[in-house]
Amino acid sequence: MEIVNFTPLASLFGGVLIGLAAVLLMAAIGRIMGATGILSAAVFAEDDRAWRWALLAGMVSGPAVFLMATGSWPEITVPVSPLALIVGGFLVGIGVSYGSGCTSGHGVCGLARLSPRSFAAVLTFMATTALTVFLVRHVFGG
Amino acid sequence: MRLISVYLIGLIFGVGISISGMANPEKVLNFFDFAGTWNPSLAFVMGGGVVVAFFGYRTVLKREGPSFDQMFHVPQNRTIDLKLLGGSAIFGIGWGLSGFCPGGALPALGTGRWEVILFTLALIAGMAVARYINTHTGKRFQTPGGPELHQPAAHGPLTEAPRGPATEQNLSN
Repeated sequence: MEIVNFTPLASLFGGVLIGLAAVLLMAAIGRIMGATGILSAAVFAEDDRAWRWALLAGMVSGPAVFLMATGSWPEITVPVSPLALIVGGFLVGIGVSYGSGCTSGHGVCGLARLSPRSFAAVLTFMATTALTVFLVRHVFGG
Repeated sequence: MRLISVYLIGLIFGVGISISGMANPEKVLNFFDFAGTWNPSLAFVMGGGVVVAFFGYRTVLKREGPSFDQMFHVPQNRTIDLKLLGGSAIFGIGWGLSGFCPGGALPALGTGRWEVILFTLALIAGMAVARYINTHTGKRFQTPGGPELHQPAAHGPLTEAPRGPATEQNLSN
């Protein structure tokens, strides 16, 4: 095993801001900060969409504020093919719909609420993600 | 005031994601690559987020209600079923293939990168297909997004389908 590009302090600070946003959203409008539910309802729901679009607009503005503060865009390196993005994105869309949430809803908010469903969901998707990465990189890949 | 507050909260989330590395597939995939180039950073993201939310929620949920809403909309479902586990397993496969999760990708849209846009379009397509299947089998999602999600929807950029037989049967069960 080789440990690369380890940034514990930046990651911890980012995580604290994510947690803070989740707490503030609950305090302001009583909602769970789950990217899945917010995106899905912003696009597909028939009413009460304004706050979800406002939240999405805020999220999308994040990298620009990061740019102003640091002088560069957040690093995004995509080591996979466009096909992997399409298939992966599609599977994520199916999965989070049936699984009722993703890394933010289950992984941060659900674990913080000690929800048994979220613990089960997080353990499951962490396991299949690690297995997928292992298969792609070490079995079928280079 | 309500929408401005929510916008600013989204901004905090978006900045947090940008700093954390969750929007960077290379970093995400390395986090899961124990057998190769392991990067443990993302454990600190989830750790920091969970600890802050744990203590923050305990404080906030003691209040009578949120500032700009009648009530707290907290999921009450505690049943661990096949749908939850199967869906989460499929999500993990997609996350492992692409390196993007929804919470990382949505803020990353702000960079205008085509990879993020492509992933997000595929993500919404997947959601649309799941909703279509659900609408046509009369079942519902339990989602953290609230009861609105349970309504068969008929609009939005990628909804080719759900306009079909969104019947009384679907609405009533």
